[in-house]
Amino acid sequence: METDQLIRTLAADNAHRARPVGLVLALALLAAAPASVAMFFAGLGVRPDLMTAMHNPFFDLKFVVTLALAIPAIAISLHLSRPEVSLQGWKWLLLIPVGLLLAGIASEMMMPQRLPMMTRLVGNNSRLCMTAIPLMSLPLLVAALIGLRHGAPTRPAVAGAIAGLLSAGLAATLYASHCTDDSPLFVATWYTIATALVTAIGALAGSRVLRF
Amino acid sequence: MREREDEWTGLMRAAISGDGAAYHRLLKAVTPALRAAARRGLARAGQPVDQSEDIVQDILLAVHLKRHTWDANAPFAPWLFAIARNKLIDSLRRRGRRVFVNIDDFAETLPSEPAAETVPASEVAAQLKSLPTRQREVLQSIAVDSASIKDTATKFAMSEGAVRVALHRGLASLTAKLREK
Repeated sequence: METDQLIRTLAADNAHRARPVGLVLALALLAAAPASVAMFFAGLGVRPDLMTAMHNPFFDLKFVVTLALAIPAIAISLHLSRPEVSLQGWKWLLLIPVGLLLAGIASEMMMPQRLPMMTRLVGNNSRLCMTAIPLMSLPLLVAALIGLRHGAPTRPAVAGAIAGLLSAGLAATLYASHCTDDSPLFVATWYTIATALVTAIGALAGSRVLRF
Repeated sequence: MREREDEWTGLMRAAISGDGAAYHRLLKAVTPALRAAARRGLARAGQPVDQSEDIVQDILLAVHLKRHTWDANAPFAPWLFAIARNKLIDSLRRRGRRVFVNIDDFAETLPSEPAAETVPASEVAAQLKSLPTRQREVLQSIAVDSASIKDTATKFAMSEGAVRVALHRGLASLTAKLREK
């Protein structure tokens, strides 16, 4: 086929309108969310002392941190779905959850504690945290990759890694309502390891499926 | 340069709001720039520059299928060249695995202006054969016989809507096949 013929054919298809990337991403995440929520209720469930826990600011901080990761990651992944952009000016958003965690650790240090630092860091649920967050994030990661595939990310591994952060942030939000370890030291250690794992999976998957 | 790029942006805005003629003009206008970029890329990779037309068609298909990621408030040229660069790297990588070329220094001896002769593109045409019959017939009718959507609908006793669907699906699966190759 000659290039002029191809151009004529493409022009004939001008009326076709693709859905915006944001819409496809939102629909995919909404479709995948029930799978993660079902995994959560089947395997974990909300912790029994939820009502008391809500009065503990360190319990609440967990949700602030995980959502402060998930929401900027959604914004960055939408940004990266355009081919001509870079992370420049956007990557700082990912420091928000880090800053919140550091502030949490600092304020916990200033309060009198019943348990020594290492005990709070090690906690009781580290192994569960490192398995539950990655498992619950998988359906969301698949959804995020489907959404981004509809875009045109020119750095597929980076976009995949952000999709990993996004899905780990959402899965960790679910997990936080089950886990009885509320110390910011625990969150900074084990949630971070779980998130790093999902991010690596996202980068690896992205470098394969996000090429266009 | 500046003027040319502003013109592209204007044409693309018109295309997005439904002006098919503007879209046709835009694709015609950007093709020489894409061809020059493809030739430069091939030369730099030490590959024969007369293979550029397959890359040009690859880029045009990607431009078409990803144009919803262009922000109509942004200039069009940076978006276009980002897509072009991505497809160029991709096809050089794919060629790199199949074709052995001695790099030497011959890239530097090439004239900076693109030479006239170019091998006709063959990849799109080859993949066209593997499409489902209906999609292939519709694409060929529009591409080769320069029939309109309306004429194509009459010829195959289809509705115009069905022709449009077959046309878009055909272009999308052509692109997918080119990527898998």
